[in-house]
Amino acid sequence: MTERRAITGSWIAAIAISVAFFFAADAYALRLGTLLAMYVALASGWNIIGGMAGYPSFATAAFFGLGAYAGALVQQKGVPMPLAWAFGALVPAVAALAIGWVVLRLRGHYFAIASFAVAIVLRELTTNWTSLTGGGMGVNLPVLQISVIEQARLFFAAQTTLAAIAAAISALVAYSSLGFALTCIRQNETAAGMLGLDARRAKAAAFALSAALAGAAGAIYASSIFYIDPGDVFDVLIAVKPILMAMLGGAGTVAGPVLGAAVFFGFEQTVWAHFLSIHSGVLGVLVVALALFLPRGLLRWKRAGKAA
Amino acid sequence: METRREGRVSALLEVQGVSVRFGGLAALDDVSLKAEQGEILGLIGPNGAGKTTFINAVSGAVKARGSMRFDGSSIAGLRPHQVARLGIARTYQMVQPFPEMSALDNVAAGALFSGAASSLPDARKRAEAVLERVGLAQQARRPADELTLAQRKRLEVAKGLASRPRMLLLDEVNAGLSGPEIDDALRLIRSIAAEGVVVLLVEHLMRVVSSLCDRVIVLHHGRLIANGDPASVLADEAVIEAYLGRRYAERAAARGRA
Repeated sequence: MTERRAITGSWIAAIAISVAFFFAADAYALRLGTLLAMYVALASGWNIIGGMAGYPSFATAAFFGLGAYAGALVQQKGVPMPLAWAFGALVPAVAALAIGWVVLRLRGHYFAIASFAVAIVLRELTTNWTSLTGGGMGVNLPVLQISVIEQARLFFAAQTTLAAIAAAISALVAYSSLGFALTCIRQNETAAGMLGLDARRAKAAAFALSAALAGAAGAIYASSIFYIDPGDVFDVLIAVKPILMAMLGGAGTVAGPVLGAAVFFGFEQTVWAHFLSIHSGVLGVLVVALALFLPRGLLRWKRAGKAA
Repeated sequence: METRREGRVSALLEVQGVSVRFGGLAALDDVSLKAEQGEILGLIGPNGAGKTTFINAVSGAVKARGSMRFDGSSIAGLRPHQVARLGIARTYQMVQPFPEMSALDNVAAGALFSGAASSLPDARKRAEAVLERVGLAQQARRPADELTLAQRKRLEVAKGLASRPRMLLLDEVNAGLSGPEIDDALRLIRSIAAEGVVVLLVEHLMRVVSSLCDRVIVLHHGRLIANGDPASVLADEAVIEAYLGRRYAERAAARGRA
């Protein structure tokens, strides 16, 4: 009961802060808020396949980039933005079903490496399929004829709504039969199959949901910066950061990725900015520290302490 | 019973000419057998004889050649979850729990995934009843990896039972248990069979085999070398040679005369 009250309270607080921020913040602050919301969406999305099902996917960058390109290309053809974003979610979801059919047969490190390769392949494909994607030249999106602050508000609202949808989907999955099945897969996939679970279908569903959220985030991102190129939207950091965020907060939980995204964002804005030349080194240190001191995340820090 | 076996009622499980090869090794070589409603079958043989491979073949965990029919329809080539949904549950020699999940949720998984339960709450309700039955009601909230070995073995049986199977394949569920624990296990297995569930158990304890099984099947080097009632199978010359050993046979014979 207290847990339910804490969850309701968090939702109300998050919505209230977002609404207040929407009206009060300037364009710069709104852009930062938009980035944070995108992190929440990406981390919550990754968490469904990576945290709940325990399949360490590095394909987030692939789906983010695919969503960005899908959304950008139809927007160029004159499709309205919200529809383009929905399309940006749909294309990666379908791709995830197809790719998942193959790579979800692998487990552990093998799956991680295969999923990592997906982004590389898509990036090469996008760079070389010049007639469709503009290749390395990238894609220009229609510029909006509204003021700077209105633009900032629009994309803040879009990414924040997506973040809320991601958190809600993650909560719905966690408390449904699908979430239960994913937990069983993470704990012992062989045993789950022997009890009658079609693990392949459950994993494919998780992978597709995860891809749809990453794709929508990518499509909104593309609209918000008006220009994308393969190196930007298929960047490996887009795959790595959500994993770090989810693990930081507590992979497999609903609140963990949200909390982790916020902490990571704060860390990135304060510390990171001062280490621009060696920031991938700082990222490495963070990964090691996380594995050593917080293997189960901030949310379960106290509980792990009690058990020890 | 005898007339029913001869009669029109077909066997629940009918396996014909089943072979499993691992590279050049025939782990299972042309095995044929039938299992009928309410039977308790013992599957014995030396280590490496193919007992676990047989269970793996039936449950879809390894690819097998030959014909396998369950309740009249072919189960050859099905994936494990499909076999499970048809009503064949199994346990593993090495227990396979969901270690961090509660005993209750471990069993609920069996009820949910097999389709016996319509929803997760329904599955948990069924799981409670099954845990009660196998004597783990007190442990329902504890994570599976905190249970004792005997409790984890019972948990495996409970997971299978929760799926409402028509056939239960038990792979050495009594290995490593103490005398009283085995007695509990035997009572449980008898009560399961009394409900009409076919039980096929891989077993090394001859005490269990002779007191529990209606029929005993002996595998040796992947081949079926004996199939019949326990008394005659355990006295069979080939079985003694391959598995039981001369000394066991002499002691058993001495007990028989006394």
